[in-house]
Amino acid sequence: MNAQRIRCEEVIEQLFEFLDQELDEDLSQRIEHHLKHCRDCFTRAEFEKRLRERIDQAAETRAPEALRRRLRRMIEEF
Amino acid sequence: MAESDRPQGAEERRRIFEREIDRLADRLYGTALRLTRDPEDAEDVVAEAVTRAWSKLDELRHPDQFEGWLFRILNNTFVSLWRRRRCRQDRETELNLSEGEEDGPAPFSLFEQLHQPFLLWWGTPEKQVLDGLLREDIQSALDALPDAFRVTMVMVEVEGYTYQEVSDLLDIPLGTVRSRLNRARSLLQASLWERAREAGLVHGVRKPRARSNGGGG
Ligand SMILES: [Zn+2]
Repeated sequence: MNAQRIRCEEVIEQLFEFLDQELDEDLSQRIEHHLKHCRDCFTRAEFEKRLRERIDQAAETRAPEALRRRLRRMIEEF
Repeated sequence: MAESDRPQGAEERRRIFEREIDRLADRLYGTALRLTRDPEDAEDVVAEAVTRAWSKLDELRHPDQFEGWLFRILNNTFVSLWRRRRCRQDRETELNLSEGEEDGPAPFSLFEQLHQPFLLWWGTPEKQVLDGLLREDIQSALDALPDAFRVTMVMVEVEGYTYQEVSDLLDIPLGTVRSRLNRARSLLQASLWERAREAGLVHGVRKPRARSNGGGG
């Protein structure tokens, strides 16, 4: 049973790849399980997730009206 | 392509295309802006991507995959512009950065700087800092990253591409995607840490910033 367990250091080491969904199913599930039971790692994971959300929001920008007009004009002529 | 008098089907197709582009314009532009960092370049990338998409529309097998297909074209358009523009200096920087990736500086973690496990009754300082950072802090920290790092990070974190997809888009090995991503995150977190400290956020209160009057935003 312990063979299935994963240590905090391993979780932290692979946290980004976990969040990027780059790990295989098995490892991913073990990390998820660990996060449910380990407050420290959970807090860390929540932090990285929140930061990622902030980065994502920072990328949101409204297209300038000039660009929208340019695109409409272009498509008119397609 | 000889649709001179635009039969009804072709007109319909054009109208749907126009509607979709209009719907996606904000995201197309926002993504292009994070990739290029330059508003004019971003507009050009979007316009060129839309032109390319129209000319290749026949290659799109499944219309429900239009969005993913269009964004891939946007990224490819950006990559080719970037390759054309890249000056020698950038290439050298990139070369230096890709060498010795493993023995680079130790990764920086914002969380490790801020987290105070024994002060739980104080609330969580790391969360306060994150929430106190302004959108501009994050944007400018992202924009300050070296090109190669920023682009990789935007593709993974903002656009949600897999490492393999980024490796294909940028034509770099998978290991390079990983190491760029690690370096990008470390640099970004270090730069956010600096910004948080400058803003006085580390002790829980944001210092008022000198603002010019009348500057909208
Ligand atoms: Zn743990």
